[in-house]
Amino acid sequence: MRTPLSVRLFQSLPRTGWLALAIFAAVAWIAIPAAHLLLPESSPFHVSAYTVTLLGKILCYAVVAVAMDLIWGYAGILSLGHGVFFALGGYAFGMYLMRQIGTDGSYGVALPDFMVFLDWKELPWFWIGSDSFLWALIMVVAVPGLLAFVFGWFAFRSRIKGVYFSIITQALTYATMLLFFRNETGFGGNNGFTDFKRILGYDITSPQMRLVLFGLSAALLMAVLILGRYLVTSKFGRVLAAIRDAESRVRFIGYQPTQYKLAIWTLSAVLCALAGALYVPQVGIINPSEMSPANSIEIAVWVAVGGRGTLIGGVIGAFIVNLAKSFFTVSFPDYWLFFLGFLFIGVTLFLPNGVVGLWRKLRGRRPAAPETETPAPAATTQGAKA
Amino acid sequence: MPLSLPHLLRMFLLAVCCALGSAHAAPSAETLARLTDDDSDTRIAAIAELGAEGSAQSVALLDALADEALALTGAGRLVILTDTGALDAATGEAIEPYPDDADPLMINNRVRNALQSAKAATNIRASDRGTRLAAAQLLRDSASELLMPILEPALAAEQDKEIRSILALAVARVNLASAEPAKRILAAQRLGDSSDASVKAMLATLLDKDAKGQFIEPDTEVRAAAKASVQAIERRLAMADLASTAFTGLSLGSILLLAALGLAITYGVMGVINMAHGELLMVGAYATYVVQGLFRTHLPEYIDSYVIAAVPVAFLTAAAVGMLMERTVIRWLYGRPLETLLATWGLSLVLIQSARVIFGPQNVEVANPAWMSGGFSTYADIVLPWNRVVIIGFAIFVLLLVWLMMQKTRLGMFVRAVTQNRAMAGCVGVPTARIDTLAFGIGAGIAGLGGCALSQVANVGPAMGQGYIVDSFMVVVLGGVGQLAGAVTAAMGLGLMTKILEGWAGAVVAKILVLVFIIIFIQKRPQGLFALKGRFVED
Repeated sequence: MRTPLSVRLFQSLPRTGWLALAIFAAVAWIAIPAAHLLLPESSPFHVSAYTVTLLGKILCYAVVAVAMDLIWGYAGILSLGHGVFFALGGYAFGMYLMRQIGTDGSYGVALPDFMVFLDWKELPWFWIGSDSFLWALIMVVAVPGLLAFVFGWFAFRSRIKGVYFSIITQALTYATMLLFFRNETGFGGNNGFTDFKRILGYDITSPQMRLVLFGLSAALLMAVLILGRYLVTSKFGRVLAAIRDAESRVRFIGYQPTQYKLAIWTLSAVLCALAGALYVPQVGIINPSEMSPANSIEIAVWVAVGGRGTLIGGVIGAFIVNLAKSFFTVSFPDYWLFFLGFLFIGVTLFLPNGVVGLWRKLRGRRPAAPETETPAPAATTQGAKA
Repeated sequence: MPLSLPHLLRMFLLAVCCALGSAHAAPSAETLARLTDDDSDTRIAAIAELGAEGSAQSVALLDALADEALALTGAGRLVILTDTGALDAATGEAIEPYPDDADPLMINNRVRNALQSAKAATNIRASDRGTRLAAAQLLRDSASELLMPILEPALAAEQDKEIRSILALAVARVNLASAEPAKRILAAQRLGDSSDASVKAMLATLLDKDAKGQFIEPDTEVRAAAKASVQAIERRLAMADLASTAFTGLSLGSILLLAALGLAITYGVMGVINMAHGELLMVGAYATYVVQGLFRTHLPEYIDSYVIAAVPVAFLTAAAVGMLMERTVIRWLYGRPLETLLATWGLSLVLIQSARVIFGPQNVEVANPAWMSGGFSTYADIVLPWNRVVIIGFAIFVLLLVWLMMQKTRLGMFVRAVTQNRAMAGCVGVPTARIDTLAFGIGAGIAGLGGCALSQVANVGPAMGQGYIVDSFMVVVLGGVGQLAGAVTAAMGLGLMTKILEGWAGAVVAKILVLVFIIIFIQKRPQGLFALKGRFVED
């Protein structure tokens, strides 16, 4: 007797969870748009364009953090190269946005400006179809998904795990960044893509488009949270947690950890890519520095700050760290790196379960969900045995 | 007409000389007449004659023609115009009154080139070595048969080895166009001694066929000689290329090794993922910078030996920073590699920002001491820079030091014991906690030594360590954890591979290919090149 998927999805969240999501949806889809469009700028409740863009950006980061939590918190795979999937999704959608500029570029021709600058006469083959919105959506999912699948297949098949895997993913994003920095690669070199004009013919800078993108980011985050909660409470999620805690034992029982890890790894990469595709039109630029190892490792810190293996922790961490970043880079630019550095150290030393773990401890409650019964530190493999 | 000051001075001196009556052999009237000819070839021949003759009056004429100060009067008299008056071209005597109808001779580019080589021909007998060298180099590329009367005696008289070889090339080059096959054969053989790509291209044209399929060079023996010479040059160029690739590869490999040796201890032996390793390199480099500054202000007479003093300072500073890191952060995270990774990344951010606050965000200048700058040239014009040579030697020294310390000292034995079996080592009385701190300090200190070496070849700035962290981990991972021999092989292999690929595909593509290679390699051999023998239980 199988319960229908919709029912299982519904059952994966407790009632308070659905309530929180409903409040979140009301704020993101009704309150903020109304405050942005209807209230005059003089009103204290007016939400400025800067704030909408900043929040939309952080929502995209939160999606990435949840995707990261899925693999790190539940499968014990720490990726230091998730920025590459995020950026590839952004680039795939950025190609469409570049084509939408049409003849409004500085040179007034159909080719993107940087190609005119390189003296190219026609689009390279991998740009074919990039003027179609549907094709762009397919590429956003397909390219990072395929890269993650191939990379993960090789890595998990040869049973690379723990720190080795982390360092290889870092090398992956570093190599891709170097590749994209070259002008000849055909993605705008170190300037990347920018100066977008329209999506589907609509002005990209209009307040309505800004709110649509913001709303879509919020929708994506909610969808990812529901999907994530469903996955980790399912049998699949329990096998993942078992792999995290004792991979060899899972293998001896008769499961194939490779398939489980590959599935969650590829899914996580695709979620990152979707977030990247929503991120690019909101911030209006994508360049190879998104793939720098530092950016990818920062994703891990969002999750660590929020609390691993909680899903919602990623969202909380992404908001805390990025709001702090906005605050510091404006007010105390010299101290941002100190803050971030001490945050890394402090969280790993004093808050092994992040903000969510601290909250649960203060409430004097044992973690309810099965996947958090094991304290996160024990989740990692023993490294000092070589 | 604008005239340069030295030019005017020369004109003036010349006028004085002539006025005193000490006239040199004057160019013949017939040569002068040909200088005014409409046909460029005739004029070039006349210019070459003037260059070959080389008297002071000829030089003055050549200079005047080059400056378009040589003019023809209505009466057909050739004069040199100066700011102060006009001189007769043949004798150098002043002309009164000033000829108002003088019309300067125009020259085209071909004539201008001929003028340059004629001028060089007159300079080839100068007493100053630099002037002769420059003239010889110009002649090597542009000499014509017309200048032979001056080239051959100059070659015979030349004492300097470098200029002689250049002149010999120039002569051979001219002879290659000679009408006599014997001279051409000799020239083609002589050119085979060159290691210059342009000479090779010149010889190769002899082997080409024209549009009708006929060889441009009719004589088979000349062609055979040219072919042999082309092959000789190609061999030499290939050898030079190979040798310089091997050297730069070794140099890069030794830099990688210096960057990775410290990590081979902290990660390879102790299993600590230290993402701040690159920043320990930076600490060493900045320590070198500070020592340099102290020497500049306090001991300027010993400035050349500051590097020697910087070596222990860099080691101790980085070791102190490393031990502090171990005591405050890393020791609480043993056995939790992923957390260690994040915490040490945080440490690296703090260290980078501290460097920025203390020393400013710009790169600082660390100068090579005199004995490390420059280089020495070897076979086929390859120049080996001293600083690279010294670094290769330094890498060997540090490697030896690490090996001795790990294998021959009591501390090294304790470190190995603790890493092999911590509990048992503790039971027999090894102070494990203190050994951890010391071992980490030594690893950090070696990173500091690496930074000291890097400061001599790379930029020193707050973010300099970031560029080495991925490379260092690659070396350790590729070489096999806990294996010094593996680290050496991996560093040298990666260095050579990077440089070979760079020559073939460019720097960025080479870097990407190397990373891809490492990723694939680790798939195949996750335990690295040199795996420890034995069985380990996981999970």
